[in-house]
Amino acid sequence: MRDIILLGMNHKTASVDIRECIAFTADETDQALVILRDHPSVGESVLFSTCNRIELLMAVDSQEVGIAAAKHFFSQFKKVPLSQFENSLYQYSGDEAVRHTFQVASSLDSMVVGEPQILGQMKEAYRKATMEKTSGVILNKLLHRTFFVAKKVRTETGIGDHAVSISYAAIELGKKIFGDLEGKKILLIGAGEMAELAVEHLLRNRAGLITVANRTFARGLELAERFSGKAIRFEEIIDAVKEVDIVISSTGSTEYVLKKNQIKEAMKARRNRRLFFIDIAVPRDIDPAINRINNAYVYDIDDLKGIVDENMEDRNREAVKAQRIIDEAVIGYRRWYDTLEVVPTIVSLRGKVEAIARQELNRTLSALDHLSENDKKAIQRMTGALVNKILHEPTAFLKNNGCYGNKSEYLDLTRRLFKLD
Amino acid sequence: MEPVFILVTMIYLSSCAFYFGYLFFQKNSLQRIAIGLMIVGFVLHSTLLVINGIRAGHFPINNLHETLCFTGWAIAAVFLVLSYIYRLKILGIYAAPLITLTLIIAYQLPKVSPQDPTLFKNFWLVAHIVTLFLGNAAFSLACGLGLLYLLQENAIKKKNMGFFFKRLPSLELLDTTGYACIVAGFSLITIGLITGIIYAKAIWGRFWSWDPKEIWSVITWLFYAVLLHERLTVGLRGKRAAIMAVVGFGVLLFTFLGVNFLLQGHHGTFTAM
Repeated sequence: MRDIILLGMNHKTASVDIRECIAFTADETDQALVILRDHPSVGESVLFSTCNRIELLMAVDSQEVGIAAAKHFFSQFKKVPLSQFENSLYQYSGDEAVRHTFQVASSLDSMVVGEPQILGQMKEAYRKATMEKTSGVILNKLLHRTFFVAKKVRTETGIGDHAVSISYAAIELGKKIFGDLEGKKILLIGAGEMAELAVEHLLRNRAGLITVANRTFARGLELAERFSGKAIRFEEIIDAVKEVDIVISSTGSTEYVLKKNQIKEAMKARRNRRLFFIDIAVPRDIDPAINRINNAYVYDIDDLKGIVDENMEDRNREAVKAQRIIDEAVIGYRRWYDTLEVVPTIVSLRGKVEAIARQELNRTLSALDHLSENDKKAIQRMTGALVNKILHEPTAFLKNNGCYGNKSEYLDLTRRLFKLD
Repeated sequence: MEPVFILVTMIYLSSCAFYFGYLFFQKNSLQRIAIGLMIVGFVLHSTLLVINGIRAGHFPINNLHETLCFTGWAIAAVFLVLSYIYRLKILGIYAAPLITLTLIIAYQLPKVSPQDPTLFKNFWLVAHIVTLFLGNAAFSLACGLGLLYLLQENAIKKKNMGFFFKRLPSLELLDTTGYACIVAGFSLITIGLITGIIYAKAIWGRFWSWDPKEIWSVITWLFYAVLLHERLTVGLRGKRAAIMAVVGFGVLLFTFLGVNFLLQGHHGTFTAM
């Protein structure tokens, strides 16, 4: 019976320079899987590597040998001495390895708890493992369970709800103000990574035309081309405000770029349509007093950070619920895993066949009233002998004579052939 | 028909419970049960009104009990239509308790015998009542939407992303739906006032008699007319429009009930107790 073990490192146990040394690219993963497949002490394996974690999930005959082999493999493959990264590794076996796998896929172990990408990355890693045929009965079942659990966590808890990045928080607010961001016009004042990210998110939400205002017109033009919008001169901002719905500001200006009475005037021209300011600049670009004008909403970087922190706390609370779902799933997996033991499989196989024999016997005998008691007993004895004869060979086979190597595969096959679960 | 009345009230009450469950737990299944109960209650309520009408041989709106019973029905009708058009699930937490409360109050009131039931067979009068009640129901929902708008606007302005921020829909949706309610309500009460005037001419021989009810009805009508005018000209929307929708409903309530109790007039029959 093979044991499940897991060897890995993540952003909590290893610094980025160590993770960089050990991380596997997609091509390297393919090569690594081939090596692991042919490795005598590794039965099944799935290798999962992202920028935040490297996890090697295995089913092995002997835990100690398996772990030593895996460590040796890391060191050899990446040409890094073991002593350099050994302290950053964690290892789990049995239920703990299963639990860890569930937690990783459900994004409980992620740097940003609840981030959705991890599941896709894990599915990709599993796909590679199936292509290279390195995963067998035990890991196949484990990974299928894992994807099921991760989906359940996502739908039944609020772990993925609410934005935990500044630009997403701004989008979420925009949706609470405008309902739908489709076709909403945007004015980008200045430039900057975070502001551009916010614009990209807005465009992904099918926002409308982007207008870019920059003190250096050429720079503005360049940005406008990137977002296929239009560039205006910095002096035209106040006219543009009359047309747009969302203003994102991120300039290096030490004074307010937009002041309260300017916006007050603009609101009349806008016929009071809602106007949402996202002020990412420090020091601020948008006069905070504008927030007091009817139908104008101003959020600066601190406000957005506040929302992100609050949402983060929400997610951590939801993580507790997710933990419960995972606990249940670990028990469920353990139950399946235990059936891979020889004895329970033989017992349930015998039970199943005997039940069929008993049922058919009763049906036949009840229709044959003319038989004497002795005749009936003879028929019963014959049925019993049939059951024993039929089951003799499969039982002997499962009790190790016939199946060399991967016993769990034959046990699983038996269970499926006779539909024992 | 009293057991049926109680049953209808209980169904609306359980719909309330599910709406509150939906508010707290945000499970869509709860909202679906709530609106389902609302529809069942409404169908039964309509049947009750029809049977009462046939039994009495006239439109069943002859005392305050019947008036409130019909009011509850009108709110439910407008609410269901609105829910169908705008998919605004959360409004139920306002509408369901309002309907239930109206029916509970109605239940408490005595059913005095009608004074002159033949009045209620006139077409103009029935048109007058139905349109006005549906219009008033639309205004009552506009008031609820205004309140929800103020809650959500307050959360966004104060940057307090608490309980309501997560549960209430966008400002845009609340504002548009509220506006739709006002437009619908205004159209209906305009028809209601016109049919009322025609009826007055037919019965009393004059269109207008300076009755307090008539004066306050026109005041209410003017109030909403101003609200709509401001929206169309200077784009009055958002917080101010929401406040006006709430205040407007206050004026309307006074016209509907206050005038009858405090100022008297020729509409006394409807609120007879």
